[in-house]
Amino acid sequence: MRRISLALLTTLLLPALAAGASKDTKLTLVAYSTPKDAYGQLISAFQKTAAGNGVSFAQSYGASGEQSRAVASGLDADIVAFSLEPDITSLVQKKLVSPNWNKNPFHGMVTRSVVVFIVRDGNPKHLRTWNDLLKPGVQVITPNPFTSGGARWNVMAAYGGALRSGKTPKQAIDYLGKLWKHVISEPTSAREGLSAFLGGRGDVFLAYENEAIFAQKKNQPVQFVIPKATILIENPIAVTSTSKNKTQANAFLKFLRTTSAQRIFAQNGYRPVVKSAARGFDFPVRPQLFTIKYVGGWAKVESKFFDPRTGVMAKIQGSSGG
Amino acid sequence: MIGRYAVRFASLGYLAVLLVAPVGYVFWKTFQHGFGPAWDAVTTPDAVHALKVTLILTAIAVPANTIFGVLSALAIVRHRFPGAGIFNAVVDLPLALSPVVVGLALLLLYGRGGWLGGHGIAFALPGMVLATIFVSLPFVVREVVPVLREIGTEQEQAAATLGASWLQTFRRVTWPAIRWATAYGVVLTTARALGEFGAVSVISGRLTGETESMTLYVQDRYRSFDDVGAYASSVLLALLAVLTLIVMTRLRPKEETQ
Amino acid sequence: MAANATALPAAAARRSLAPGLSIGLSTIYLSLIVLLPLAALSWKAHGWQAVTNPEATAALELTLGVSLLVALVNAVAGTAIAWTLVRDRFVGQGLVNALVDLPFALPTIVAGLTLLALYGPRSPVAVDVSLKRTGIVLALLFVTLPFVVRTVQPVLFELDREMEEAAASLGAGRARIFLRIILPSILPAILSGVALAFARAVGEFGSLVLISGNIPFKTEVVSLYIFGRIESGDPGGAAAASVVILGISFGVLLAIGVLRRWVTRHDR
Repeated sequence: MRRISLALLTTLLLPALAAGASKDTKLTLVAYSTPKDAYGQLISAFQKTAAGNGVSFAQSYGASGEQSRAVASGLDADIVAFSLEPDITSLVQKKLVSPNWNKNPFHGMVTRSVVVFIVRDGNPKHLRTWNDLLKPGVQVITPNPFTSGGARWNVMAAYGGALRSGKTPKQAIDYLGKLWKHVISEPTSAREGLSAFLGGRGDVFLAYENEAIFAQKKNQPVQFVIPKATILIENPIAVTSTSKNKTQANAFLKFLRTTSAQRIFAQNGYRPVVKSAARGFDFPVRPQLFTIKYVGGWAKVESKFFDPRTGVMAKIQGSSGG
Repeated sequence: MIGRYAVRFASLGYLAVLLVAPVGYVFWKTFQHGFGPAWDAVTTPDAVHALKVTLILTAIAVPANTIFGVLSALAIVRHRFPGAGIFNAVVDLPLALSPVVVGLALLLLYGRGGWLGGHGIAFALPGMVLATIFVSLPFVVREVVPVLREIGTEQEQAAATLGASWLQTFRRVTWPAIRWATAYGVVLTTARALGEFGAVSVISGRLTGETESMTLYVQDRYRSFDDVGAYASSVLLALLAVLTLIVMTRLRPKEETQ
Repeated sequence: MAANATALPAAAARRSLAPGLSIGLSTIYLSLIVLLPLAALSWKAHGWQAVTNPEATAALELTLGVSLLVALVNAVAGTAIAWTLVRDRFVGQGLVNALVDLPFALPTIVAGLTLLALYGPRSPVAVDVSLKRTGIVLALLFVTLPFVVRTVQPVLFELDREMEEAAASLGAGRARIFLRIILPSILPAILSGVALAFARAVGEFGSLVLISGNIPFKTEVVSLYIFGRIESGDPGGAAAASVVILGISFGVLLAIGVLRRWVTRHDR
C-alpha cells in the first residue's frame, strides 16, 4: 500500500518539483535539427549579455515538421525556430503564435541558406545542374518532404530550377516526378539523410548549404556544388503567444539579429540576414537565385505540392514505388 | 556424431553472425582509442541528464508494475472473478503492441485536444513515465501467475484454518513461494523499461536534459554525426543490459540446461 | 495434486486480501494505464484513407511478409539453438545460454545501431544491408531471437527420453526419431514461440529506424508508416492504421492459437 502511494506521489510531484526548482527565467526553445550547435553557442553568448543574465534554456531539436506538430499537440515552447514559414503559420492558425510574428524588418527570418548538391569527392558524375540529376543511374537522397522542412526547400528548389531552365509549370512538375524516381531514401530528417549519404549511399544529397559546411567542420569528406538556379532558404523564428516569458524571449530574438550573433550563425555556415555580418565569409551569390515567391509563395505551394492527400508530392510519392 | 556437430556449428554460427559480431564490433569501436574518449562521451552534461531521465522512468515503472503484478496475479489465480480471462488478455496486450502505437495512444489521450489533454502530461516526464509503465506492464504478472497456479492453495488454506490473517499468510506462505518468480519478473520489467524507445519517441518533446532518455540520446548522437557519442552511450546501455542478463541468468530456473 | 485447487474456497477467499481490493485496484490500474489510452486511440481513428492508400497497403504487405518469414526462420533456428543448449554439452554453454537473452535486454535503437555498424554502409566486412529489405529481416531476426528458443528449451528439457531410446533400439534412424517422436512434443512450444516472434516483428520500430531507410513501397514497415503519419500531422490516420494492424495481428495470433490447440488435441 505504502509503496503504491509513494510511487503515485512521486509521479505527481515530479513535474512540480522540476518546474519549481529554478527561480530564474527558463526559456524553452523548440527548433529544427540543423542549428543545434549554432544555438548552443548563441545561448552562451546571450547569457553573457545583460538581457540574457540569469536566463536558462531548455532546448529541443528535431525535424521541422515534427517539432511544429509537437508544439501544436501540446509541447510547451517559448521560442519556436523552424526551417520554413509554413511550420510557423500552422501554429498561427492554432493561435499558438501571434499573426504579427513577422511584422518586423526581417519578416520574421533569422537566417538564410541555399539548397546545394552534396556530392562525392571530385564530383565523379559531374552533377552541376538540376537536369544532371536525371542522368541514368544517379541516386538521390533527400529527406521526406512531409516530415522534414529541408526537403520542402529541396522540392521547391528543384521545381524552381526547372522553371528557370525554361520549363512550363506542368513540365516542371513532370521533372519532379522523374527526379523522384532517382530517390533511393527518404529519411525523416536532414541529419539522418546526411548520415546515410556520408555512410556511402547515393550519389547526391540535396541539402542546405549550412548542412554541408557543418559536415565539413566535423571533418566529414563533403564536397558540395551550388547549382546556378537554386532557392534562397529563409528560416523563421517566433515567440509563442503562450509564452510566459515574452520579454526575455523577445530579448533573445533581438539578440539573434545583432551583428555579433549573426556572425556566430555565419561561422556555423548560415547566411546572415544582417548584411554586415557576412563580411569575411565566403557565401557565393548564384546568378539564378530565386525565392519562394518566385514559385508562388508558401501558402500556395503548401496546398498545391504538400497537401498529404492531393498534393503533387503526395501523388509523386504514391506512384514512384507502385 | 556429425549430426550433433552440425547442429552445434549452425546454431553457434547463427548466434555469432547475428548477435555476437555486431555487438562485439560496437564495443571494439567504442574503446578503440582507449577508455578516455568513451568516458568523456558518456559524461557530458547531456549524457548524464539522459541517463538520469532513463533511471527515473525505470525507478517509477518497476515498483509500480511489481505491485500491480503481484496483486493482479493474486486476483487472477486466487479470486476467480468474472472477466478474469479478459483481464489476463489485456495484461498481455503490451507485448503485442508496437511501441509507436502505444505512444500514439498516449498522445491522443493526453495531447492538446485529447480527453485528458492540457495537463502537462504529454511531451513531459509524466507522459514518458506512463509510456514506460505501459510497455513493461506484463512481465511480473506473467511470471507470478504460473507459479501461483502450480503451488495450489493447500498451504494457504492450512494457514487460514490455523488462524493466520491474510498478511501473515501472504508473508509466510505465498510470498516465499513466488519470491523468485517475482524477482525474475522485476528483472524483465527493468530491462524493458531501460530500453524503451518507440513509445517515448512519440510522446517525449526531446527537451535535452529534461525529456531526453538515454535511448533518445543515442539517436540524437547518431543524427549529429557523433559516432563516438552514439557508440559510447550504446555500450553503456548494453552494459546495463548485460548486468540485467547476469541477474536473469542467476534467477532463471536452473534446470533448463545440462 | 488433487482437484487442481488454484482458487481459494469461498471462506478462505473472504478472509484473504479482500478480493475486492486486489481485483479493484488492479483493474483501475490496468484501465488507466492500458485501456484508457487504447480507447482514445480507437475513438480518434479516422481518415481511413490513411489505411487504404497504396503506400499503406504496401507497408502492410511488407510488414506481414517479413514478419512471417522471420517467424519461420526462428522456428528452425530457435529450435536448433534450444537443442544445442539442452542436448549438447560444450565449454561456454552457460555463456551462450545467457547470450540468448541479450536481444531482449538490449534497447532496440542500440540493436539497430550495432547492426548498422557492422552490416551497414561503413561495414568492415563489406556487407551492406542498409536501405534494403535484407536489413529489415536481419534486424527483426535479432530482436526476435529469444522467443522460440525460450519456449522450446524447457519443453525439450522435460522430454522423457525413454521413447527415443526405445525407438533407437528398434532401429529407427535419428531423423525418424526427431520427426516422429521429438517434434510432435515440442511443436506446441514452437508454435507459441512463433506467435510471440511474429507479434514482436510486426510491431518492431526502434531497430528499424536507422537501418531501413524508410523508403515508401520498398522498406517502409507499418510502424514507421504510422510514425510518419503522426509526424505529418495526421494522428487520426495513424490511429486508423494502428487499429487495422492490431486487428490483423490478433487475427494471426488467434490462428496460431487454434493451430496450437489442434496440434495438442490428442494430449487432452
